[in-house]
Amino acid sequence: MQPLVSLDGLTVAFNGIKVLDGISLSVGRGEAVGLVGESGSGKSVTWLAALGLLPKTAAVSGSVKLEGTEILGASPSTMDRVRGGRVAMIFQDPASALNPVLTIRRQVGESLALHRGLSGAAIHAEARRLLDLVGIPDAERRLSAYPHEFSGGQNQRIMIAMALAGNPDLLIADEPTTALDATIQAQILELIRRVRRETGMAIVLISHDLGVVAENCDRVAVMYAGSVVEEAPSVELFDDPLHPYAHGLIGSLPPIDGPRRRLTAIAGTVPDPKAMPRGCAFAPRCVHAAALCGTKPPRLRAVGENRRVACVIDRRARATDIIGQAAE
Amino acid sequence: MARYFVIRIGRAMITIALVVTFAFVVLRLSGDPALIIMGPEAPPEVIAAFRKAWGLDDPIWMQYFDYFGAIAKGELGRSMRDGRPAITLVLERIPATLTLTIPALLLKLAIGIPGGIFAALHRNSLIDRAVMIGAVAGFTVPSFVLGLVLVLIFAVQLGWLPSGGQETWRHAILPIVTLGIGGAAVLARFTRSAMLEVLGQPYIRTASAKGVSWRAVVLSHALPNAAIPTVTIVGFMVGTLIAGAVVVESVFSWPGVGRLLVVAVANRDLAVVQCILLLVAATMVTSNLVVDFLYGFLDPRLRNREAAGAH
Amino acid sequence: MTAPLVSVDRLVRTYRMRAGMFGRPRGVCAVDGVTLRINRGETLGLVGESGSGKSTTGRLVLGLENPDAGSVAFNGRRLPAMDTPEWRASRARMQMIFQDPLGALDRRLPIAAQVREPLDIHAVGDEAFRTARVEELMRSVRLSDDVGQRYPHELSGGQRQRAVLARALATKPDFLVCDEPVSALDVSIQAQVVNLLIDLQAELDLTMLFISHDLRVVRQISERVAVMYLGRVVELGNADDLFVSPQHPYTRALVSASPAPGARRGERIVLSGDPPNPASKPGGCAFHPRCPSAFARCRTEAPALVEVSPDRSAACHLTGLESPAAVALGAVA
Repeated sequence: MQPLVSLDGLTVAFNGIKVLDGISLSVGRGEAVGLVGESGSGKSVTWLAALGLLPKTAAVSGSVKLEGTEILGASPSTMDRVRGGRVAMIFQDPASALNPVLTIRRQVGESLALHRGLSGAAIHAEARRLLDLVGIPDAERRLSAYPHEFSGGQNQRIMIAMALAGNPDLLIADEPTTALDATIQAQILELIRRVRRETGMAIVLISHDLGVVAENCDRVAVMYAGSVVEEAPSVELFDDPLHPYAHGLIGSLPPIDGPRRRLTAIAGTVPDPKAMPRGCAFAPRCVHAAALCGTKPPRLRAVGENRRVACVIDRRARATDIIGQAAE
Repeated sequence: MARYFVIRIGRAMITIALVVTFAFVVLRLSGDPALIIMGPEAPPEVIAAFRKAWGLDDPIWMQYFDYFGAIAKGELGRSMRDGRPAITLVLERIPATLTLTIPALLLKLAIGIPGGIFAALHRNSLIDRAVMIGAVAGFTVPSFVLGLVLVLIFAVQLGWLPSGGQETWRHAILPIVTLGIGGAAVLARFTRSAMLEVLGQPYIRTASAKGVSWRAVVLSHALPNAAIPTVTIVGFMVGTLIAGAVVVESVFSWPGVGRLLVVAVANRDLAVVQCILLLVAATMVTSNLVVDFLYGFLDPRLRNREAAGAH
Repeated sequence: MTAPLVSVDRLVRTYRMRAGMFGRPRGVCAVDGVTLRINRGETLGLVGESGSGKSTTGRLVLGLENPDAGSVAFNGRRLPAMDTPEWRASRARMQMIFQDPLGALDRRLPIAAQVREPLDIHAVGDEAFRTARVEELMRSVRLSDDVGQRYPHELSGGQRQRAVLARALATKPDFLVCDEPVSALDVSIQAQVVNLLIDLQAELDLTMLFISHDLRVVRQISERVAVMYLGRVVELGNADDLFVSPQHPYTRALVSASPAPGARRGERIVLSGDPPNPASKPGGCAFHPRCPSAFARCRTEAPALVEVSPDRSAACHLTGLESPAAVALGAVA
């Protein structure tokens, strides 16, 4: 079946410095895909680039297809219909992502007018329904309020209502709960799950939080220094990561129960995009790095039916390696 | 809300009182009006009579309180030079000044705001750089230099326009342009940075991500927000309508309030100087109040703070 | 059992806050009667969301702020009042590190000079001793020698936090308060710093108060954990089983809200309502408006923190009761 959105070789450079290097990723209809990685890994840039939301100084190449139609470099009017209408996006800091001087009605109504062709009383009624749907109490009255009159969690609900206004097929949620407290994060994630159940839309959940992604996504792609290094069904990835970076990342996360173990911290830091290693970008921090890793970047290759990994070292060989190390 | 205004107006009164006091102190300590107006050769008895007539022989603090008392009663005093009420002298001059400052303000708005917006939307383009170089030049060159340069070019060299005086509308062109260019430069710089600040905000990206066209993003999301800081500087410009042309009026021998002020200061004609200062302070304070209201109108966050302050 | 190194008794801290520019100032109670004991060589974790008063508690415990009521005793002696000579002398023995290491470092000085600064201030040893001590400190936080000559902006976030840590350890303090020290760091770097803190704590026999919103990090590093909600400790217990068998409904919700890779245990608890606001604290148990099991008594009477089992205290009217009864009561309410 044709995927809803597929990225192929998506590359982004700012002033000649590559920050995204050939991302290939697809999202099926109704699917929940997670994108994890640390700051600077390019997980947000990927989707901003795909939707043409990067500043003009960014050089974007590759391919972005929406149901088989190329949209990278499409006309502004085409993109304006895609954005919000087919693919909606919500962001990390909901308070600053909403326009402070416009009422909620104006901001939600804008999407309704653009993508659903509504006007006047129909906008009001539909905006009200959407606020009800995302759990804003007293929606009728709150429509005429401004963003600063809501809490952070409520503003994120309003962002979600705005995203739903265009009946999109895909919602890109870029760190939607990072700025929120734990109990509010739980509310927002619950809301996103409910909305997905009710509308059947697909979601891409971008997060640095492995737990958030694990609990909410069918499939997860791990990004490092502008590339996807591993892609796998959520359960398989967290039970048995193949890429040494994914392995390290999961090992970095302290367990919340069971015996305490020493965290497997990854030594060193993320490479500077201006001075990327010649071979595998992770090689300088990798405990398994071999001579081969320093020569050319590994390609993302299939492992089994539904997994891909960008690592030259054979998995089985490495597994024994790890056992060997543990025995030491 | 009412309480907020009472406090604002109270503060405005204090500001005006301080300005008046300052002018009194500076003018009375820097020269003797009797000597300056009557001339150093005047016989001592004439000087003494002048002093007595104007109350200049009273102790200085008494003069100060008399002056304040008179203002409270709405009396702004008479010019020591020709004995006419100071307020009449000043009011006579206002139309002349407004003839320059109002068109100049329109010129500032007409050039500065679109220039700033355009530069921000085409950041780092050739046009942006040209606008900014123009703005820095207009901002740094003092108005008397600019005025003289314009006179040299358009009056002396080309002979197109008169260099000074007030006879026809053509006399007003050079002073208006001189006033307008400097202000337009300030406004362009300000508008550009306000616009750039707003364009970098996350809600602009949200609007684009919603599918709002770039044109609509600029018109309905960026401009209203950028207007908030720009209103401050425009408000300040409105505040200088009465006395913002002192230098330019002198350069072009334009008989407005500014020229009157220069002459009155030279003569230590206290009543006239004070009267002008009161008027200037009052317009400044009023335009500030108006700016505050506009803020509340433009920015709902402030509106609520005021409302919260009221109960 | 020996006496605790730090004992905190019924600390209260209220800020005056105005609503709007001319609103009447109101008292906002950030910390509302917190009592804690921290034993020598122990790490006590303090978790809570924004507005819980955990950071204010940290500053009060270190004496960086004076409490409105209650007291802090260090090594059995009451903490001297702020800005007295005794207070300044006490600084050498207790240190604090914050979330933002760049803000804590002086941009104009190389790292080594900053690590050395406390030694100069407290006149520790002679010139040669201080130089040797700086080298030793840099080694102990796993920073290479060349880092010492660099400036803060040339370092990564993890390196900066290590430098701050080296400086904090310069005077061999007994007690360290860490306020969200790893929250701004990426996961892999966070693990480096957490491991380092655990190692240093063991090597130097440090006593720590570790403040964080992150349950996992807190559990990893602490022996005991206190959970705060709106200025009060609502649950206190052994780190290993506090999150496995939370007694207070708020702790339960927090644990549920900390998603884990792998299979989910138990049902998902999603609290309703907004995050707590210290400026409008509900009466009775401050948690009752969001509590799924609140009943009449919760609205009127604030529960005290009482021991519910060995090594576990909770402030909830329900925890003393048998759980089926508790559920029944909740249902009645």
